[in-house]
Amino acid sequence: MVIKSVLKELTELGGVSGYEYRVSEILSNHFKEYCDDVQIDKFGNVVGLKKGTNSEKKIMVTAHYDEIGLLVKSIDENGFIRFAKIGGIDPKILLAGEVIIYGEKTLPGVIGAKPPHLLSPEERKKTVKIQDLYIDTGMSFDEVTKYVTIGDYITFKPISLELKSDYFATKALDNRCSFASMLVALEELKGLRQEFDIYFVATVQEEVHLTGAITASYNIEPDLAIVVDVCHGEMPDVPKERSSACGKGPAIAIGPVLDKKLTKKLLEKAKNENIKYQIDVESGGTGTEAWATQVSRCGIPTVLISIPLKYMHTPVETLSISDVSSVGRLIARFTASLVIEDFKQKEASLWTCKK
Amino acid sequence: MDMQKIKELTELNGVSGNEDLVREYIKTTISPYVDEIFTDALGNLIAFKKGKSSNIDIMLSAHMDEVGFIVTGYTDTGLIKFANVGGIDERILPGKTVLLGDDKIPGVISAKAIHLQEREEFLSNWKQRNLYIDIGTEKKDETESLVELGEYISFNSNFQELGEECVKAKALDDRLGCAILMEALKGTYEFNLYACFTVQEEIGLRGAEVAAYRIKPDLALVIEGTTCSDVPETEKHQHSTRLGKGAVLTIIDGSSYADKDLVNYIYKLAKDKNIPVQFKETATGGNDAGKIQRTGIGVKVAIISVPCRYIHSPVSLMSKKDYESSQNLALAVLEDMSSNMNKLQSLIKEEK
Repeated sequence: MVIKSVLKELTELGGVSGYEYRVSEILSNHFKEYCDDVQIDKFGNVVGLKKGTNSEKKIMVTAHYDEIGLLVKSIDENGFIRFAKIGGIDPKILLAGEVIIYGEKTLPGVIGAKPPHLLSPEERKKTVKIQDLYIDTGMSFDEVTKYVTIGDYITFKPISLELKSDYFATKALDNRCSFASMLVALEELKGLRQEFDIYFVATVQEEVHLTGAITASYNIEPDLAIVVDVCHGEMPDVPKERSSACGKGPAIAIGPVLDKKLTKKLLEKAKNENIKYQIDVESGGTGTEAWATQVSRCGIPTVLISIPLKYMHTPVETLSISDVSSVGRLIARFTASLVIEDFKQKEASLWTCKK
Repeated sequence: MDMQKIKELTELNGVSGNEDLVREYIKTTISPYVDEIFTDALGNLIAFKKGKSSNIDIMLSAHMDEVGFIVTGYTDTGLIKFANVGGIDERILPGKTVLLGDDKIPGVISAKAIHLQEREEFLSNWKQRNLYIDIGTEKKDETESLVELGEYISFNSNFQELGEECVKAKALDDRLGCAILMEALKGTYEFNLYACFTVQEEIGLRGAEVAAYRIKPDLALVIEGTTCSDVPETEKHQHSTRLGKGAVLTIIDGSSYADKDLVNYIYKLAKDKNIPVQFKETATGGNDAGKIQRTGIGVKVAIISVPCRYIHSPVSLMSKKDYESSQNLALAVLEDMSSNMNKLQSLIKEEK
């Protein structure tokens, strides 16, 4: 598997939160190459089951596959499109940006605003608001409304930029890169002995409400959840303790949301397998699906593995492909190494978790 | 309208001071049509076409350079610091992609993730000085070995058709003018024609200043891309030009005052020939005409422009119809003057 081409393929797909159906079939086909069973559930979560020798315990690996984006709100008499945002987008990065509108057909467009030379000094000081921006497709109202209607979704234009030393930049690497890591893990598992069933889940609507993770973990009811997502890559103007360095391997999260015992085991595994890793201290929410999986049903022990990503939620998200690969390897080595003792709770439950 | 030439011209990188690739392209293409061709000390490309009967010198001018950036330094982690070359609204920079140097090394301009911004940061615009370019290197010496100080940087934006009528590209300002000059050189005229492909317009009209001094023309026509602000959030009176409404004539802008008789003549010609034409309705901005007009004892100038929305950005947008109108108008002016030398004489005569 060539990670770069998989990343390119995955990120060029347009699947904004709530509109993942355009992408789900393609992800499902990837899973089918490796899994014993692949299902797309009613929310659009794509679930690939890789059977083990013992079905007593279930491991769930999740990576969301939705992306942030925009939504057509209105079209004015001159064909200019106004939009709302889906997920966390800084309006400042949108100026002079390029987008793809997913209408009757996919249309390219550019984002415009009041021209700089017409701004008053006061206006210049302020940042641009989402409602001040519009998309110009170069089309008149009559032409554009043939293809675009209110409610159509919009993504950044994919750029698939191959940078130096194995770095890659484009939109939607958050979180399609983690899907690529799952494929790396599945590839790696071919050569490993794996005891328990592993459910690989590409989840929907993480960017808006963690919806996919909530429903998938309820449905699968795993004994362990491994969440795979991106974390902030190191940049000069970001404190080191809030970021992880790109190219230095998986960021393994430690914090209240993450299971202590299994995280410790994960760290040991990384060490034993000579996988370079870093620690990502998460004092609270983690900003990932771990927040949801941890409290599903009677509670699921959860660990979090992240791929460092620079310029998150922009059209130029940047990562080192080596991290995608080592995260995948770690997932495979860790899941294959789990034995029944790893799932033992401190105390036997007094009451079983009612279905 | 065939846009192949516009595609090829706009996808060449030629930031002010580094116009070589554009010049070579133009030189190769126009060589069969011209009598002499010359590159001056600053890098202006001047093509000469001898008149059949007259010694009147007409200058056409379009600039080859585009706005962009230049490498000014490095961070310890191998990121690149840069400065703007020409007027670029720094607010548009975060999250854009660029190409560095002749090797076209791709890079991205940093954009701090929304999650990491403090409230105050979120509510203020980024300054260019706080941004950097990331080419995927991790160490300073690695970056230095790939990209030297002073290396030129261009926006990374391909030519693209938008809808039936428009195109998007970087550097439409002023490769569209170059394309029109190249077309004009295919004709033959009674007067001497100097087509000047100038350098360094974007940093202060440097090339045109010396080109005009060398030629000291009797009359000059500047072909430009100009601002087009017929967009939402602007008042009607702020609409400098209107997309799709034809070639633009300038009466006055921040750098020059077009010759009244010449502009009236061009306007009337456009009307006679049914070429869509409009006036620029704001008096700001400037271009090579500013320097040409004040060369020697003075040169009568006029400007024909194509409206460009989002000018000086990676995504400038023009209407193919406006481009066609501007080209038709420029060619019509040259043909009409050539076939009506008395008219030309009266346009260039000096009033005592």
